Amino acid sequence: MSENEVILAIQNLHTRFFTEEGVVHAVEGVSYQLQKGETLGIVGESGCGKSVHALSIMRLIPSPPGKIVSGKIRFKGQDLLSLSEQDMRSIRGDEIAMVFQDPMTSLNPVLKVGYQIMEALKLHQHMKEDRARARAADLLSMVGIPEAEQRLDDYPHQFSGGMRQRAMIAMALSCDPSILIADEPTTSLDVTIQAQIIDLVNRLQQELGMTVIWITHDLGVIARLADRVNVMYAGRILEHGRVEDIYRNPKNPYTVGLLGSLPKPVTTSSSREKLYSIPGEPPDLVGGTLGCPFRGRCEYEVERCTKEMPPLEVVEENHLAACWQKEKVKKVQ
Amino acid sequence: MTKNDVLLRVVDLKKYFPIRRGLFQRHVGDVKAVDDVNFEVYRGETLGLVGESGCGKTTVGRTIVRLCEPTEGSVFFEGKDLSQLSGAELREMRQKLQMIFQNPYASLSPRMKVKSIVGEPLEVHNAARGQEKKERVAELLDLVGLNPSFMSRYPHEFSGGQRQRIGIARSLALNPELVIADEPISSLDVSIQAQVVNLLEDLQDELGLTYIFIAHDLSMVRHISDRVAVMYLGKLMEVADKKILFDNPLNPYTQALMSAIPVPDPVIEKSRNRVLIEGDLPSPSNPPRGCNFNTRCPLAEEICFHEEAKMVEIEPGHYSACHVIAREGGFVDIARP
Repeated sequence: MSENEVILAIQNLHTRFFTEEGVVHAVEGVSYQLQKGETLGIVGESGCGKSVHALSIMRLIPSPPGKIVSGKIRFKGQDLLSLSEQDMRSIRGDEIAMVFQDPMTSLNPVLKVGYQIMEALKLHQHMKEDRARARAADLLSMVGIPEAEQRLDDYPHQFSGGMRQRAMIAMALSCDPSILIADEPTTSLDVTIQAQIIDLVNRLQQELGMTVIWITHDLGVIARLADRVNVMYAGRILEHGRVEDIYRNPKNPYTVGLLGSLPKPVTTSSSREKLYSIPGEPPDLVGGTLGCPFRGRCEYEVERCTKEMPPLEVVEENHLAACWQKEKVKKVQ
Repeated sequence: MTKNDVLLRVVDLKKYFPIRRGLFQRHVGDVKAVDDVNFEVYRGETLGLVGESGCGKTTVGRTIVRLCEPTEGSVFFEGKDLSQLSGAELREMRQKLQMIFQNPYASLSPRMKVKSIVGEPLEVHNAARGQEKKERVAELLDLVGLNPSFMSRYPHEFSGGQRQRIGIARSLALNPELVIADEPISSLDVSIQAQVVNLLEDLQDELGLTYIFIAHDLSMVRHISDRVAVMYLGKLMEVADKKILFDNPLNPYTQALMSAIPVPDPVIEKSRNRVLIEGDLPSPSNPPRGCNFNTRCPLAEEICFHEEAKMVEIEPGHYSACHVIAREGGFVDIARP
């Protein structure tokens, strides 16, 4: 990681969805800074707002019903939220690119893969047909697709799942973005293919000096590739820190529960031990939550948790946690 | 668990799905979803069945309970060949064999109340009616940790974890011997997965169940299983006791699979030496000649491209299908140059 140059700063982001059932508070006051060249992992369960926060950065929140209600997203000195749609288009795909979870639905099935990669090159880099084609072939072979030149004329259905995800990554990388947002890019893939994709992104990051935001629910993937981690729950960041510190010394009870509920990697005895499990279910985000969103499932809960959301506070160097009882929180073994 | 008490024996099981083309639906080939699979399940144990998507693990499960008709081979349950049973006999036997499905959103009818869903097996098998049925449903819901007063609700009123509990309650309605759990936790969130796995273990202890636990998540399989079977492209690659398999995986595919799975510990994970296998899974409609894994195997030799690898007992209770491992009689590191 480099000299702490902040490339993206999010301040107090609120994104809500105005639905018939009520207002869903999907992202509630998320703030963090992204440093140039790092990989920031965002971990959380479904519905915790990790994807919505990413779509907010890209300004791709479907509206209606969604709306970024307040907050600032500063990228290279400008607030993305105050840009015109036209200015935002020149950033999206060019400066900040995104890889989505499901390569099957994010590629257009009736257009050739090559055409889809070349589209961004022509639009953002104003390349002519043959230059764009040559660059697209380079990109495909860079992400490890053999006979790239020929494969440009394939349709997405002729690619396997892993190849489609590689093609998506090639597309995202086509304009040398400063930031790559990867939203569960390996969740729909098999583990051996997942390992290939993680390695690929790692390698490309080193070669191209990209900054990566990697969103996942898989704590193993985070351990593998992240420098720092945000743990999200119910639209909020509950813990933030270097990956080693978070796994060694979690200070938010939700993080403790998540890490504890994983089966131990080393089988010490042949007898089965009970898995630690977090009781209950995540809260409904319609209408927002009062107090700490993890209350009701938390064994450290005190009176104050029902009324006030704890702020993210320093627990050790470069390690923040939001919990009124954070001094007492201990990792479960 | 007693090793000699075989509850289920799968012998040379094959399931091919025909590919038909053209106006006359000509038979042009087969998807070999399950190809010559043999294994045994002992009473009271949990056998983990792992592999990547499309490897045939779900088809094995479905063929055992005859939701799919096997193309060839037999399944012996308590000594009786299930594949020969028909009609009434099969229905009788099915009470003892139940399945929990992967997707709790798709496997519960949205138009049925919980009491009808959980009570349906009781009705179909004439096990209980009326008040008796209601009591049994309440008992089952209580058993899986749901409030019996929920029985008049519809599935959409429940979360994913709760729905999976309903599916589990349904599978237990007829006091089965063997429960085949087909990826029961993979559509659930991490914090809910542990709840469901704990429940399955408690039920096993309480009711003396035998499980086949089908999953692609090796860490959970390691936690819950007594023995583990690894599948790749329709074939079994390796079977062994959990501890042996995880401490000393022999088959190159098992080695690669374990190496590919990220460990949730950044210190281990960042220092770990990983072996990446290249390429994608071949299509099961056109598997490679010889050993199925030869297109991606770092150890592949001449023979692997001609001859199928048979399961061989390398050490007691540890079976592996690999020419190289069989010849060397033990571990060969796939990371070797």
